[in-house]
Amino acid sequence: MNILDRFQRLGQNSENLLAQVGARGLFLLRILAGIPALLGHMKLFVQQLYAVGAQTLTIIAVSGMAVGMVLGLQMYNILVDISAENTLGHVVALSLVRELGPVLTGLLFAGRAGSALTAEIGLMKATDQLAGMEMMAVDPVKRIIVPRFVAGLFSMPMLAAIFSAIGILGSYFVGVDLLGVDEGAFWSRMQAQVDPYGDVLNGVIKSLVFGLLVTWIAVYEGYHATATTEGVSQATTRTVVHSAFAILGMDFILTGLMFGD
Amino acid sequence: MDPLTEKPDPEFLVQIRNLNYRIGNRAIHKDINLDIPRGKVTTIMGPSGCGKTTLLRLIGGQARAHSGQILVDGINVGRLDLNGLFTLRKRMGMMFQSGALFTDLSVFDNIAFPLREHTTLSESMVRHIVLMKLQAVGLRGARELFPAELSGGMARRVALARAIALDPMMIMYDEPFTGQDPITVGIIMQLIRLLNDTLGLTSIIVSHDVQEVCTISDQLFMLSDGKVISHGSPDQMKRSDSEAVQQFMHAFPDGPVAFHYPAADYFEDLMQT
Ligand SMILES: Nc1ncnc2c1ncn2[C@@H]1O[C@H](COP(=O)(O)OP(=O)(O)O)[C@@H](O)[C@H]1O
Ligand SMILES: [Mg+2]
Repeated sequence: MNILDRFQRLGQNSENLLAQVGARGLFLLRILAGIPALLGHMKLFVQQLYAVGAQTLTIIAVSGMAVGMVLGLQMYNILVDISAENTLGHVVALSLVRELGPVLTGLLFAGRAGSALTAEIGLMKATDQLAGMEMMAVDPVKRIIVPRFVAGLFSMPMLAAIFSAIGILGSYFVGVDLLGVDEGAFWSRMQAQVDPYGDVLNGVIKSLVFGLLVTWIAVYEGYHATATTEGVSQATTRTVVHSAFAILGMDFILTGLMFGD
Repeated sequence: MDPLTEKPDPEFLVQIRNLNYRIGNRAIHKDINLDIPRGKVTTIMGPSGCGKTTLLRLIGGQARAHSGQILVDGINVGRLDLNGLFTLRKRMGMMFQSGALFTDLSVFDNIAFPLREHTTLSESMVRHIVLMKLQAVGLRGARELFPAELSGGMARRVALARAIALDPMMIMYDEPFTGQDPITVGIIMQLIRLLNDTLGLTSIIVSHDVQEVCTISDQLFMLSDGKVISHGSPDQMKRSDSEAVQQFMHAFPDGPVAFHYPAADYFEDLMQT
């Protein structure tokens, strides 16, 4: 392959990439433009809040408990060596609130809610339900996409908060109840050392951003899926994979901005 | 046919002039001209993949022609913005090949959907209208069912009831008979004709089911290779002297549409080691 061909390929690839980014950006704008109209359709939003948020609760709660318990055990083993086991609550809470809560919730959310959104929307497309809606003069972006998108945005911070809270309870159970860390120290250290703005608020911001990324990817992939069964299954896979990359990449950037002074 | 003047002929509800449409680099429609008379049942026939569904999408404004014009009730569909399209589509019904019913809504709510979206009718009025439409397709008793519980034929009848919910001026049917048992085919044929005549609709069917279509259509168009190759009444089409029309109308396996996919010479192919 000569050098000119290579340059041409490079140019074409970047052009494709730009087109992809542009298409996703325009789709987001279309969604955002449809949000005001959602106010007249609160029922749709509440239904989706249940489907997207509440239905994801079980896996979030179970994972939060498991992660919290393991974290409690691991941290205790490290801290007890330097006789610092009283800081267990503080260490666990920070790890969860700053990092593990938003990131793991985001990944689980992509696997449970994101993939379900893509599959649902993709199937509606493959069975002509979206085209049918358009032919009935109803905009499927407003009617189908916007409520799901907003529900995803609202759900993620709440799910991440629940994940972290249950995780802390899990580590409390292991650390205090099983391993004998002092209960007062566990809570008071946590209360004294975890900063509501620097830590909690930043964690909430992270989970909001991850929620935006996952839901955006999920509805885009569903809406633009090839209208066949293979197309829908490929789109579902792409949602999970792209969401994971987006979350991990964005987490690195956000962590650098928030905690990297 | 006269080349396009902005003046639509009031006799025709849909007028297509020099329509060209491509998907990627492939020309799907090459310079199509056709007129669909008001109040009649018109069928567009052609082999699978010849662009029949796409033609309906173009008429409904879901795809845009690369050149040429489509006038629906005198309105140039290609020039409408989204609001204009939505206004026009409220006057069009469409029955998709798959039915396209909303799987999370009951039969009743599926038919009520366009009414609730586009009218301010009270719920009791909506109920009356939905029951009337369901009665027309014989499924008033099935209103509580969900689409997953319907047979293919019932799903199409529900889709039909939904398509006429807003009392449109026209209705488009995409392959209404494909894959249905003979009784259902008979029911759907009867419904199409009956609704057309009693509601004063204009019906456009795309289909490749020759027998059915000949029975209920007033006029046929035949598409092949992206062009209209013939049109006329069912009788005229059956007596056409065009080989391509004859092949299609009488289901000959070989003819202008060749049995063999283009290939190298058979003998030479076999001789290659
Ligand atoms: N979204 C699409 N992308 C690529 N090709 C398409 C698409 N939609 C339709 N086609 C192609 O266009 C042709 C016409 O399709 P269609 O209008 O569905 O045919 P018909 O309804 O007559 O069977 C087919 O050959 C099909 O493969
Ligand atoms: Mg088709």
